[in-house]
Amino acid sequence: MAAVEQTIVETQPAPVPKITARSVDMYYGEKQALFDVDLDVAERHVTALIGPSGCGKSTFLRCINRMNDVIDGARVEGTIMLDGENIYDKALDVVQLRARVGMVFQKPNPFPKSIYDNIAYGPRIHGLTDTKDELDHIVATSLEKAGLWNEVRDRLQEPGTGLSGGQQQRLCIARAIAVSPEVILMDEPCSALDPIATAKIEELIDELKENYTIVIVTHSMQQAARVSQFTAFFHLGKLVEYGATENIFTNPTDERTQGYITGRFG
Amino acid sequence: MTDIAETRTTPLAAGRAADRIRKRYAAERRFRLYGLVAVCVSIAFLALMLLSIVSKGYTAFQQTMVYVDVHLDESVIDPKGSRNADDLARANYGALIRKTVAGLFPEVSGRRDKRKVRKLLSPGATYDVRAMVMDDPSLIGKRISLWVPASDDFDQLLKGNIRRDVPESDRRVSDKELAWIDSLMEKGLVEKQFNTRFFTAGASQEPELAGILGAAVGSFLTLLVTFLVSFPLGIMTATYLEEFAPKNRWTDLIEVNINNLAAVPSIVFGLLGLAVFLNFFGLPRSAPLVGGLVLALMTLPTIIITSRAALKAVPPSIREAAFGMGASRLQVVVHHVVPLAMPGILTGSIIGMAQALGETAPLLMIGMVAFVADIPTGFFDPATALPVQVYLWADSAERAFVERTSAAIMVLLAFLFIMNLFAVYLRKRFERRW
Ligand SMILES: Nc1ncnc2c1ncn2[C@@H]1O[C@H](COP(=O)(O)OP(=O)(O)O)[C@@H](O)[C@H]1O
Ligand SMILES: [Mg+2]
Repeated sequence: MAAVEQTIVETQPAPVPKITARSVDMYYGEKQALFDVDLDVAERHVTALIGPSGCGKSTFLRCINRMNDVIDGARVEGTIMLDGENIYDKALDVVQLRARVGMVFQKPNPFPKSIYDNIAYGPRIHGLTDTKDELDHIVATSLEKAGLWNEVRDRLQEPGTGLSGGQQQRLCIARAIAVSPEVILMDEPCSALDPIATAKIEELIDELKENYTIVIVTHSMQQAARVSQFTAFFHLGKLVEYGATENIFTNPTDERTQGYITGRFG
Repeated sequence: MTDIAETRTTPLAAGRAADRIRKRYAAERRFRLYGLVAVCVSIAFLALMLLSIVSKGYTAFQQTMVYVDVHLDESVIDPKGSRNADDLARANYGALIRKTVAGLFPEVSGRRDKRKVRKLLSPGATYDVRAMVMDDPSLIGKRISLWVPASDDFDQLLKGNIRRDVPESDRRVSDKELAWIDSLMEKGLVEKQFNTRFFTAGASQEPELAGILGAAVGSFLTLLVTFLVSFPLGIMTATYLEEFAPKNRWTDLIEVNINNLAAVPSIVFGLLGLAVFLNFFGLPRSAPLVGGLVLALMTLPTIIITSRAALKAVPPSIREAAFGMGASRLQVVVHHVVPLAMPGILTGSIIGMAQALGETAPLLMIGMVAFVADIPTGFFDPATALPVQVYLWADSAERAFVERTSAAIMVLLAFLFIMNLFAVYLRKRFERRW
């Protein structure tokens, strides 16, 4: 009893938890990819997931919007609560969940359609708007929030794939924002971008956290330090250490965390 | 590190390195040469094939015609003066042509010679005169001049396919006939003209009257059925198997069997069609509908396999993006995956259709090999198809069918070429970058 309480205290540094993961085990067929992960994600903050390659960061991230459902043989045990509601509940509609939990991927993946249609896709399939004006408004505000409006306002009908890499990634962020999600998951959103585009995205993440809960996987510890308030360190499918970012980086308790941060492995 | 340093410094090692580089370049040059040779050989074969077909077949696009005067004698055509269409159709136009020929060769006497000289003109002359009269009965009683087709031997002689310098006993045209032909030519009554009839007529026993249109329409109707059946069915199957079906032993089994079906000889599909469509369902023999269904069965595996490959080639990142937006599986497939796979699907389908267009064996099994003089007007009419027509003509004894066989092949190739061009156009049209 005491031990359980202790872990909860340890893994609950957030003011208000938006997402609560409890004893999450995740399997790809026979292979177990996550072991007993407990993690609370703070509302309207940025939580960074770091760790060496293959440690299960993406896997955990994809558990939060059930993207792993699509993979044959993938299976999740334990509970993940979003606002106190189990997202793996049979009654929960995964389409609704993904409208609430948006996702941005490692490689910018705009649809091969116009910029406008890229943003409008989500509102259209979720039936968020009735009129063209409303849709236009959503497209404009989403692009504004993603800091892309001024660059593309005159060429909304041009293909989204014609933008630069950094612009494409911001387009993908705008696309995710368009359905007004509560949580945005980002899987190494800057790993395919140059430093200037990266800086822009980081700036954007900083602004977005005013309104959205953000979970970001990153390979760069500098990035984690710059953008996140909380950091979780994964190793071999286990959550090793979790806490306020500055504590993790200045004063890690686990020696594996220490080793990773100081660059001894990873 | 030390190895590299050594190869840089010792002259011996440097020599060996230079040697290796030279060898590498030589190997590359050799490989490119092999490739070039391979390409040249295939082009040469293709050119040889085309050359032989065109050189044999181009003469079929011309037809020897004879200019004749015909007196449309009312007492022969319509003695009652009723102008009744039935009477006009049944009238003895052969007698008019007989009179015309007798006028051209007054010196020819004797039943046999008279018959022979008449045979210089094709029976088509009679048909053409009838068609003119039927078209415009006011011509009756007048004297008209028109070009009528010459007989196939006459035509072949002019085209040089029957040679004058062989002994008479080995020649299909006797010396007497040669003299008559020469006298016609001297009078300037003989001309080679563009062979319109080849493109507007159906099959005929007389080579000079035989055309490709019946077979072309038959092919078109058949392919239309094939497309309408196999394209939707193929896309649905491919999409279901690729995007919706669970990957288990059953779907593996289905996949293996589809691949096997693609390798089944086409004649087996013909036998299947015979057993199922004709004997069991009692559909009419020789009908484009049945031919189309049989070819659809044959094309289906090709379309399924190429469509699945096209669907597989759609980058997973697009699927992820759509799933991540909360699209359902159906939405992901319909909005994103199928449109992106469309160029590949269309290409595969058109290749499948082109195969079907060239297919003969299964059509033989369901009776599309019959002699059909009329041009089919619907899916239930008896019909043949282009490749079957090629087969039939190639099998005919008359010299004049040789050039028509090659000409029919040219028409078939032209169809294939157009279809492939269409495939390229569609691919370019639908292609999008991602
Ligand atoms: N679709 C999959 N099928 C099977 N195994 C997978 C799949 N995706 C990831 N894995 C495995 O799960 C483990 C965690 O992967 P991942 O979460 O992608 O790591 P990362 O921390 O680098 O993002 C790795 O060992 C990986 O090989
Ligand atoms: Mg990853």
